[in-house]
Amino acid sequence: MPADYMGWLRREGRIVIVGASLAGLRAAETLRAEGFAGELTLIGDEPYEPYDRPPLSKAVLLGMASPHHTELPHRREIDAKWRLGVAATGLDLAAKRVRLADGDEVEYDRLLIATGVRARPWFKEEEARLDGVCLLRTRDDAVDLYRRLKAGPRRVFVIGAGFAGSEVASACREMGLPVTVAERAGAPLVGALGGVIGAVASDLQLENGVDLRTHVTVTGLEGDAVGRVRAVHLSDESVVEADVVVVSLGSLRNTEWLAGSGLGAGPRGIACDAGCRAFDFRGIVTDDVFVAGDVARSPHALFGYQFLSLEHWGNAVAQAQTAAHNMICHGADRRPHLWMPAFWSSMFGVNIKSVGVPPMGEQLMITQGSPAERRFVGVYGYQGRMVAAVSFDNTRWLEFYQRQIERGAPFPVEFPTTDRRPEGRQPVDADFPDPSLPSHGPMVTLSGYSPADQQLVFHPARH
Amino acid sequence: MPQASLLRQITDFANRANPYPLYEELRRTPVLHEADGPYVISSYYDIEALLHDPRISSDAAKMTATGDDELSEPETTGLPPSFIRLDPPEHDRLRRIANSSFGPPHRPTRIDSMRGELAQIVTDLIDGFGDARQIDVVDGCAYPFPVTVICRLLGVPREDEPRFRAWVDPIVAGLDPDTRTSAESERVAQEARLQLGMYLNGLVEQRVKEPRDDMLSDLVNSRGPDGAMTTMEVLTTAVLLLIAGHETTVNLITNGMLTLLRHPEYLQRLRQDPILSVKIVEELLRYEPPVQLLPQRTCITDIEVRGVTIPKGSRIWLVLAAGNRDPERFKDPDRFDPDREDLQHLGFGSGIHSCFGAPLARLEAQIALSELARRLENPRLVEDPPPYRPNAVLRGPRHLNVDFDGLNP
Repeated sequence: MPADYMGWLRREGRIVIVGASLAGLRAAETLRAEGFAGELTLIGDEPYEPYDRPPLSKAVLLGMASPHHTELPHRREIDAKWRLGVAATGLDLAAKRVRLADGDEVEYDRLLIATGVRARPWFKEEEARLDGVCLLRTRDDAVDLYRRLKAGPRRVFVIGAGFAGSEVASACREMGLPVTVAERAGAPLVGALGGVIGAVASDLQLENGVDLRTHVTVTGLEGDAVGRVRAVHLSDESVVEADVVVVSLGSLRNTEWLAGSGLGAGPRGIACDAGCRAFDFRGIVTDDVFVAGDVARSPHALFGYQFLSLEHWGNAVAQAQTAAHNMICHGADRRPHLWMPAFWSSMFGVNIKSVGVPPMGEQLMITQGSPAERRFVGVYGYQGRMVAAVSFDNTRWLEFYQRQIERGAPFPVEFPTTDRRPEGRQPVDADFPDPSLPSHGPMVTLSGYSPADQQLVFHPARH
Repeated sequence: MPQASLLRQITDFANRANPYPLYEELRRTPVLHEADGPYVISSYYDIEALLHDPRISSDAAKMTATGDDELSEPETTGLPPSFIRLDPPEHDRLRRIANSSFGPPHRPTRIDSMRGELAQIVTDLIDGFGDARQIDVVDGCAYPFPVTVICRLLGVPREDEPRFRAWVDPIVAGLDPDTRTSAESERVAQEARLQLGMYLNGLVEQRVKEPRDDMLSDLVNSRGPDGAMTTMEVLTTAVLLLIAGHETTVNLITNGMLTLLRHPEYLQRLRQDPILSVKIVEELLRYEPPVQLLPQRTCITDIEVRGVTIPKGSRIWLVLAAGNRDPERFKDPDRFDPDREDLQHLGFGSGIHSCFGAPLARLEAQIALSELARRLENPRLVEDPPPYRPNAVLRGPRHLNVDFDGLNP
């Protein structure tokens, strides 16, 4: 190893980024912006240059934007070797090599893994193959679903009322299509925002003519003689005829290709330290493998050092920039990734935005506006602290709440605010479902283990 | 107590041409409080935070309840408060209705579709310079332009524009604290408000019967989920758009021309590349913002800013122009640099009261500045600094005389 390894790495090292989407692209740009002059390779399994996903479930479905024109703007020239349309299939940590699906191998001095997540498919493979059963994650998915919606199906059926599913339902209603939404929990968005806010989302869907079925699961999809989906069977024994079924059951982390590599990678993502360095399966930090974006899972000081795994657009950008910076600098100059979780969505004409980690909250207070009017800010509290806030059509206040969360402001919220209503004076139970119950993949994973599959009882030392 | 004189110096006309050294001094005490005076906030991040703080009120009623300072005067239009002086939920309702006829999502192209018309108005004004070799940018272009635009936008018939202007001028003049002291000018302004109100009311009645494609028609016929505005609310909103969108735009254009004449390399580049006007206008909003400070905020509970507790009911001034040149936020803040990578500013405020007319103001300034740059041959500043208006809040030159060698076609 050269004496000035970092200097050498920056001048002529080889950096490989697996995952050519938002995080991968922004990391590449940051590397170049910070002076990395070596060889840069981006590997992506889709044949496209990095594109933006948020429009796919909104503007693209409504025909207001072309799915072919959601490329992410490049912030600067990155002079990279692109290996698109070829998936990474394996990693040899000792030899520092990434194996590709076409048999090729790529050597690296530093590796960034940004393979993200994919849509969780319908669990019965045969039914999943029926014509008309769709997923919505990639550009190709959006092209396909848009074409089907535009053809005017008699009814669309959405399985799962998380953000993506609710956005699809919203697009359908805006297009005048009959739509049924089935959700295992008691309301839409409960996994992300809890039952109190979920009830508001329920009303929003019902008012907009969605046939919303809660506390049910889909037991089977039925096809016709030529293999087109025609009906959906539910656990309450009802049957709904539909010719398009959108499976919106959250996502799966793209970590299978790392099986056997020795990295600490699994269904909940790849664990890393706050500096985005991946852990191996023994919990030892690597120094040449970094992780960013949806696939990463890193500890956050503001939220009790929980390993947060965030499917948030802004997190992908911020974490990629931090990872890229840390990849090419000495230890003392590294930065922690302490991004404030934030996401937005829009459905049925309402803008929904949140900051912090709502599912960590036990209680909720409506501090501004009123849920009945669909315009409000709600604040989540955990053990006497503000940990998150959500707004419906009230985005401009969230910055304030973000600052409050950052400084660990007390909860309940005692101070007066403009537009505080009488019903917002007392905290209520935020009503999150029992985390041990299976649910589709949450956008925020709070800890390493699902309580349902935790097999280890850990007794910390007490001093 | 050296600080005691600081606010006095800011409102002192003698410092109007260059208040920036005062702002620099102000930033040394980020939360400045003089006896009986407002709490003055001057750092970028503090201002930004307070603009998003739900413990801060813009409500005119709350303001008068806690007493006035010399800049925090209530609107004197004789109408109920416009949404700029209201808190949610009333603010949100009125602003939403107004916006549904102005911007996205309901009217995403209303402003952009006026591009050709705006360019034509500017062209006509510049053509009007005729054979002159010296013009006042204020009277010749920056001042008449926004009135004409707001008339078209609201739906004031072209033949009424001169009458309309005759009412607007004294009202706008009445915004200056200095002229307000004169009983005669106050009487004239009052009379003009009455006339303007009656005139707008007439238009409103027409638009109820016969809607057209203009903002007044949309306002009187709004039928969205927020319901309709009352006639009084329509009048208040129309007058707000008129006044708030007026002096500010005049100053943006005039400050812009002045700054370009002081930085001829950018004037030259703009002449060749009108697209540069986008960056130039953004940097202007940072470097010479038309609204220098927001004096109309009160806190509804004790709040803490940088370790200072501001007691409930206190008046707060947010000095946008000082925040815009805060070295904690901007590299080399006193340099006019439209090429800076980080083009941000508080020029339009932020939060729920962020400038409603921003898209229109931007377009007006971009078009006016690029056209003036293109058509004036070899323009030269006659007097630097030019004479300023008295107003410390809406700051800008009263005249901007420019010599030039001829007009390009």
